[in-house]
Amino acid sequence: MSVTVKLPTQLRASAGGESAVSVEAATVGEALEALYTAYPELRDRLSDEDGSLRRFVNVYVGGDDIRFGEVLETQLSDGQELQILPAVAGG
Amino acid sequence: MSATNLKCRECGSQYELDPIYVCETCFGPLEVVYDNRALAADIPALRRRIQGGPQNLWRYSDFLPLPDGPPGPSGRNSSRVGLAAGCTPLIRADRLAERLGLAELWVKNDAANPTHSFKDRVVSVAAARAREFGFEVLACASTGNLANSVAANAAALGLESYVFIPADLEEQKILATGVYGTNLVKVRGSYDDVNRLCVELSGERNWAFVNVNLRPYYAEGSKTLAFEIGEQLGWRTPDRIVAPVASGSLLTKIGKGFADWLELGLLDGDLPTMNGAQAAGCAPVATAWAEGRDFCQPVKPNTIAKSLAIGNPADGPYVLDLAKSTGGSVEAVSDDEIRAGIRLLAETTGVFTETAGGVTIATLAKLAERGEIGHDESVVAVITGDGLKTLDAVRGSFEAFEIEPTFEEFTTKVEGTLVGAR
Repeated sequence: MSVTVKLPTQLRASAGGESAVSVEAATVGEALEALYTAYPELRDRLSDEDGSLRRFVNVYVGGDDIRFGEVLETQLSDGQELQILPAVAGG
Repeated sequence: MSATNLKCRECGSQYELDPIYVCETCFGPLEVVYDNRALAADIPALRRRIQGGPQNLWRYSDFLPLPDGPPGPSGRNSSRVGLAAGCTPLIRADRLAERLGLAELWVKNDAANPTHSFKDRVVSVAAARAREFGFEVLACASTGNLANSVAANAAALGLESYVFIPADLEEQKILATGVYGTNLVKVRGSYDDVNRLCVELSGERNWAFVNVNLRPYYAEGSKTLAFEIGEQLGWRTPDRIVAPVASGSLLTKIGKGFADWLELGLLDGDLPTMNGAQAAGCAPVATAWAEGRDFCQPVKPNTIAKSLAIGNPADGPYVLDLAKSTGGSVEAVSDDEIRAGIRLLAETTGVFTETAGGVTIATLAKLAERGEIGHDESVVAVITGDGLKTLDAVRGSFEAFEIEPTFEEFTTKVEGTLVGAR
């Protein structure tokens, strides 16, 4: 199924200037792999050596942090939006 | 000015002192780096220089990230520009110490800032830096105290402002923000939803989001709490700090402030034991601590301590590191314990704090009860905000007498009742 990955400004230069990318994927992990295939530079920016997300990378599906779901195994439905943002301490 | 660079806390990559907050290599948070070697050459002179500075946080401008120097024509006149934060009282709390069985207890009352919370420290620094960058709009994502401070500081400096808050915030905090003429945006969602929106917006608007794109500068303001405590104690560190944890930035920057001044030789002593305090209804850091993890699982907040209701605290891992390396801990207390903490502080010190301060005092009481605080220790409890901001927390917690204006009514209904009660 087709999902949209929204990219933060900090990543757009590594993605041909795009602010959103459409990929075919059934899970968050698959969506990220598809993103890395299209834009290889993004892999090191977002993933650790062991393939998990770096600890200051937040990924949201439908507005919810994927750590509330199954993290990279979180299921996606057709047309859903996946948002990548840097983790920022607020308050 | 001795700030030299921004540096990634995760991978060490270095950047110029720009309005950026994320490492391009690994997405880690950026932090300001200083070169203070020249200042260390004559410590007595440096102490005199600080003591001769203005009665606000600009007395520490050597340790703040403002390349153009403190605001105003000189450091001495800086309190004439904007709202001067800092130099809040450090109160010796002997009656509270006695109640808790402690020896030397101090309350750092940061409710005594211009908008009644410690947030004026971080906003003063961020707003000054925003002006240096030439931003015309100040903005923030807030759990309330920051909203008050950004709206007020923007008004003081003649800047436009946008303040984003969760829609269900305490009425006092909403009123005390809107009055300054800000663009107040109530977001239907939690603070974490507000924060996510503001991180996205910060990439799309050329605004100074104090706690997003100006965050490296903003966060430095919290170090002044450590500087003040050290100076007020006579250039020494306390043995222990108890402070609330929301995003985790405050506690880690207090630790950084002490560490920087110890390294420089400005303070005597050791890095204090650092105890973080959270509400049980939003305790991602305390839970990670209790379970021995070095990362935080986000939570959906449900607590009366709304100023601490950050379910996804980005600096949580650094709080865990600091608590571990100093022999401290991160604790969680219930809403009832928070209310009791507010009452205990008020009764024994005359300081009325908001729910976050209740969390701090309840945590202090818990540590004391468990016997974790030594009898020879000096302890500082950091009170971050004013009780007038969260009046619901004390509503219905006491009764008042109501009488006709006659002597007889007073003697029968007031004194008579009190004698009866004894």
